[in-house]
Order: sequence, then structure tokens, then C-alpha cells
Amino acid sequence: MTRVGRWAADHAVLFVAGLVLLYMFLPVSFVVLMSFNDPVSRLSYEFQGFTWDNWRNMCAPAGLCSSLLTSIQIGLAATLGATVLGTLAAFALVRHRFRGRKATSVLIFLPMATPEVVMGSSLLALFAAGGLAGRLGFWSILIAHIMFCLSFVVVTVKARLAGLDSTLEQASMDLYASEWTTFWRVTMPLVFPGIMAAAMLSFSLSFDDFIITNFNHGNTITFPMFVWGAAQRGIPPQVNVVGSLMFLTALLLVLVSTGIGRRKQAA
Amino acid sequence: MTETQTPAAGAQLSLRALTKRFEKFVAVDALDLDVGAGQFFALLGPSGCGKTTTLRMIAGLEEPTSGQILLGGDDIARLKPYKRPVNTVFQNYALFPHLNIFENVAFGLRRRRIGNVKPKVDEMLELVQLGAMATRKPSQLSGGQQQRVALARALINQPRILLLDEPLGALDLKLRRQMQLELKRIQTEVGITFIHVTHDQEEAMTMADTIAVMNNGVVEQLGGPTELYDNPATTFVSNFLGQSNLIRGTVKTAGADVVVDVHGTTAAVPADRARVTSGDVWVGVRPEKVELTAAGQAAGAPGTTQTGTTLAGGVVAEVAFIGVSTQYLVEMPWGQQLTVFVQNNGARDDFRPGDPVDVHWRGEHTFLLDAAQDAHAGEEE
Ligand SMILES: Nc1ncnc2c1ncn2[C@@H]1O[C@H](COP(=O)(O)OP(=O)(O)OP(=O)(O)O)[C@@H](O)[C@H]1O
Ligand SMILES: [Mg+2]
Repeated sequence: MTRVGRWAADHAVLFVAGLVLLYMFLPVSFVVLMSFNDPVSRLSYEFQGFTWDNWRNMCAPAGLCSSLLTSIQIGLAATLGATVLGTLAAFALVRHRFRGRKATSVLIFLPMATPEVVMGSSLLALFAAGGLAGRLGFWSILIAHIMFCLSFVVVTVKARLAGLDSTLEQASMDLYASEWTTFWRVTMPLVFPGIMAAAMLSFSLSFDDFIITNFNHGNTITFPMFVWGAAQRGIPPQVNVVGSLMFLTALLLVLVSTGIGRRKQAA
Repeated sequence: MTETQTPAAGAQLSLRALTKRFEKFVAVDALDLDVGAGQFFALLGPSGCGKTTTLRMIAGLEEPTSGQILLGGDDIARLKPYKRPVNTVFQNYALFPHLNIFENVAFGLRRRRIGNVKPKVDEMLELVQLGAMATRKPSQLSGGQQQRVALARALINQPRILLLDEPLGALDLKLRRQMQLELKRIQTEVGITFIHVTHDQEEAMTMADTIAVMNNGVVEQLGGPTELYDNPATTFVSNFLGQSNLIRGTVKTAGADVVVDVHGTTAAVPADRARVTSGDVWVGVRPEKVELTAAGQAAGAPGTTQTGTTLAGGVVAEVAFIGVSTQYLVEMPWGQQLTVFVQNNGARDDFRPGDPVDVHWRGEHTFLLDAAQDAHAGEEE
């Protein structure tokens, strides 16, 4: 083999990896690029000139920032609700033997498997049957989001809990820790990464949701609803600013969490 | 709480009719056991005989179905595990993966709010020779090192009783022997009562002052290693600890010696080694206590000639050379094969398969067991 050939063989994996990364990040970089676009008309999607204006006046398009705020509020509330309820459910399902445990496990999994369109429309039917048709909005969206996030939380936390060796908790009790102390000193630190992952998943699921929200939002506009509405008339470049910010936040979270992980390893 | 902070002193432990039932299955059956203060006590038995269950009941991790656990006179059977001055070294170590070695060892002290943690932990890590590893995570240690951390984590609390559930099970043979000596040294040093569970009879015999041999949830026999080996009380013990030849016989007369008819030959067994003194019996003798001679020749070992028994008419069936000794299987006229170990010290003749031989033993090397018991109980497959 020639020297060049060997070099190519050695670096083939890197090359393929690079291509995959490019494939994944091209759309993201396009979003970032377009956030600096200075379009001539609202309907043009080509890069026509560089400007900071979109970043400076993020809230310029009417309704953008209020919809963003609504989405963040619903996202945080849904994450909190789903994570707390889901974690409790996961503990019950893994740690306790009760009648109907198997059935509960299956039922909790069901919302994940049901198509969103079906879920959204049946929820609407439920709300309407409950006489709430005229009062759909923040709360109906929140209830819907908590419901579908719950399955994901239960599944994620359950997996983590099932992998937890129960002799660790017994060892803790053997070493003078009460049930309560054992939970906070041993169980919780070991399950926490799972709960954290579940929370992040919940937030992104809720923030992102369009289909179910579309059925149950009443007059409340979430960010995905806003973008959908705006798309009919031409998406304002500020939407790309929001996209870029989301991406940066996610990146920051990942960097911080791996940083903490590395520091813990070193300690 | 205050009571557990007094300087370590082993405590007397007594189990009274301790029973554990899992639904219908009886794992531990009305167990009575006394462990003296400061003893190195071994619980020995085959897999599934209830050793771990017994230990977990003492630690409080399993609730007894009935019975008492007396520690220095107090019944602790219903106390929560964290209220008992007892610590456990778990079979799989159960070190906390999110804490470093120092914090693992300090865990018990911190929970009891005992001050001055650092010097105590450092001293304990020195004792198990892991001073340099304090800041590592458990996953960064070898199996033997993890085992020592588990030991340090339990010992630092100066429990009245330390429970060890096959702590050496996962180690290779060399490290195992080394840790056995280490454990024995530490126990002598700290003077805490150790209860060591194992199914390795050699391990139990080298380490323990007293051994309880368990089978099917009950104690078959309790005693010192030599006593158990030389004078087993049941066929199970005679086969589980080492090997035994059990030969069918019938008691003729019982006095200071119990005289037994063994396939037409008379054998005398001292009365204190006879578990039964009438009817059908097993005459037991260890393979290394049997002397082998060419047919018709007198036994050479001193003593064997005067008080001994000679069974004639054997034929060598199999020979296996294993370095320090040679193992013979000798087919007797009544069809039974006896196992004989002969030291390879040049003092004995070598035999080959087919050679006619006589077997000899001394009365004080034999024991009498009830013939109602299964001669193969406790044998390894
Ligand atoms: N939680 C449980 N439910 C039902 N049966 C059990 C339970 N725990 C133990 N057993 C049974 O009780 C018996 C004794 O178990 P134990 O763990 O005490 O055995 P062991 O002597 O420690 O064996 P080993 O040497 O294999 O560790 C076994 O037959 C086991 O199947
Ligand atoms: Mg066991």
C-alpha cells in the first residue's frame, strides 16, 4: 500500500465521522447564519446581507416574544410536573409489589406509542365533553404536555432504577443510615442522572410540541404555533435568532454537565 | 446509639429457634447457635443451605419469621439494621460507586455524627494498606482492593459483630490465601467477633476458631476444625469436610470400646467416637488414616498392629498420582471401593491396578455413625 493509501485508511473513520457531523450540523449552522440575514422582503429565504438587527430587535415581530414566553412557562411547568410525578411512579413500579403493577407499566407506556394526532384529537374531545371547550388555553396545554412527558420520564427513570443494585441501599442501612438518609445519600445521587435526563427530555418535548398543542390551545399561542402561523406569511428572521439561542443553551448545558462529570472523576 | 460508640469489644451472640420461611419454603429452620465474644466463627455449608439468610437476619436486612437474636443478652431481632451494632461485608462488596474510597469508609462515622473523621479513616486505610487510594472511586480499584475497602468500611464502626458473607468468593486462589491470613491477622488485632460465611471447607478450617456446619437450614455440627474433622457427628459432615470411607457394620458389644462386625472382621472403636452404640452403623475412616500393604503382610505403622483392624482381600482398582500423595481406589470383596491416600515419602510400597492388598487402620482413627443416614450425604459431585 502506498503511503497515501495507508494515511487514507488510518483516517477513514475520522473522515466518515466528519461527514456525519457535517450532515447533522448543516441545518443548525444554516439557522445561525439566517439569524444574521437582512432580507429584502418577508418571503425571501436567501442570504441577502449581514445585520445584527435581528438579534438586537428579537421581539420586533408582533407576538414572537410572548409566544416564546408562553412556551418556556409551559415547558418548565410541564417538566416539573412530569418529572416529579414520573419519578414517583417509577419508584413505585420498580420498588413495590402491588396488584396491577404489570398493567400499570403497560398503560404508562401507551401514550408514547399512540400517534400524536390521535392523542391530540381525543384530548380535545375529552376537554369538550368536560365542558371546557371554551376555556382551552394555558392550562389545557399544560395538562396535555404533562401527560405525554410522563411516559418518557417513567421509562427513563425506571431504567436507571432497575440498574441500581439494591444491596447498595442495604449497605447504607447497615452503616447506620435510616431509610430517609439512605434515600438522599445513596438512592438519589445514583438515580439523579436519570431524573436529569428525563427532565431535559420533557422540556424539549414540551417546547417542541405542535400537533397535540394545536388541538388544545384555544387562544393561547406557543412558539411552535407562532412559527406555524408566521410561515403562512413568511418567517421573520428573528425566529432563527430564537433557534440559535436554543441551540446555544443546549450546547452550554452539555458542556457544563460533561465539565462537572470530568471534575468529579478527577476528585 | 451511645452504646455503639464504646470501644470495640466482641459480643456474645445467641440465636434461639431462629426461623425464616419464604412462603412455604423453610430457608432457616429453628436455628440455635451460640457465638462466643471475640471468636472467629465460620458458617460453612453447601449452596442454598441458608447461610446468607442467617447472616441477613443478624444484620437486620431480613425479618425472621420467628425466633430470637440475642446480642449480649438483648433481643435485637426486631431492630432496624441501622440500630444494630453489627456491620456487614457484602458478598459483592456493595461499595458506593458515587463516593470515593475515603467517603465510603467514612460513611458509617458520618451517619452517627462522630467527629474527627479524617484521622480515623486514614488509620483504617493504613490497616488495610490502601492509604494511597483514598481519593479514588471504587471502580478504579482491583477486586482485592475493593474487598479491603469493604472490610475497612465495616470495621471502622467498631461493631460488636462483623458479618462476612463469602467476602473472598470473587478472588483468585493466591489472593484468596493472602486475604485469609490478612483477615485472621486483623481479627486478632481488633478482637471483634467475626462471623464468616463460606462454602469453602479449607477456608473455614484455616481461619475459624469454631465452625458450624449447616445443611438444609439447620446446624449439623458445631466445633473446632480438628474436632469436626476427626470426629464428625453425621455422614454429611464426614463427607462435606474432607472425604470419608463409610463401611457398613453391626455393633456386637459396647463397652469402653464399641466392637463392631465389619463384613466378618471385628473392629474396635473408642466409645467417645461412637455416635451410636447398637444396631447397624457406619464405620468411618479418613483416607489418609488407612494403611495399605501387599496381601498377607502385617501393617508397618506403629500402633496399627496392636489396636488396629485389618481387612483382607482388597484389589487395587485405580491409582492417581497427585504429587505429595498417591490416591488409591481399593475394591473390597463386598464390592465397595475404599479411598486411600498414601504419602509419597518413599516409606511405602507402590501398587498398581490389579495388585491384591490388605487395608489397615487404628481404632482411634475411626468413628461410628448411624446407619440410617445417607452414606453419600454432603459428597461433592
Ligand atoms: N427472597 C427469597 N425468596 C425466596 N426464597 C429465597 C429468598 N432468599 C433466599 N431464598 C432461598 O432460601 C435458601 C437459602 O438461601 P441462602 O441465600 O441463605 O443460601 P446460602 O447458604 O447463602 O447459599 P450460597 O452459598 O449459594 O450463597 C435458598 O434455597 C434460596 O433459594
Ligand atoms: Mg450466600
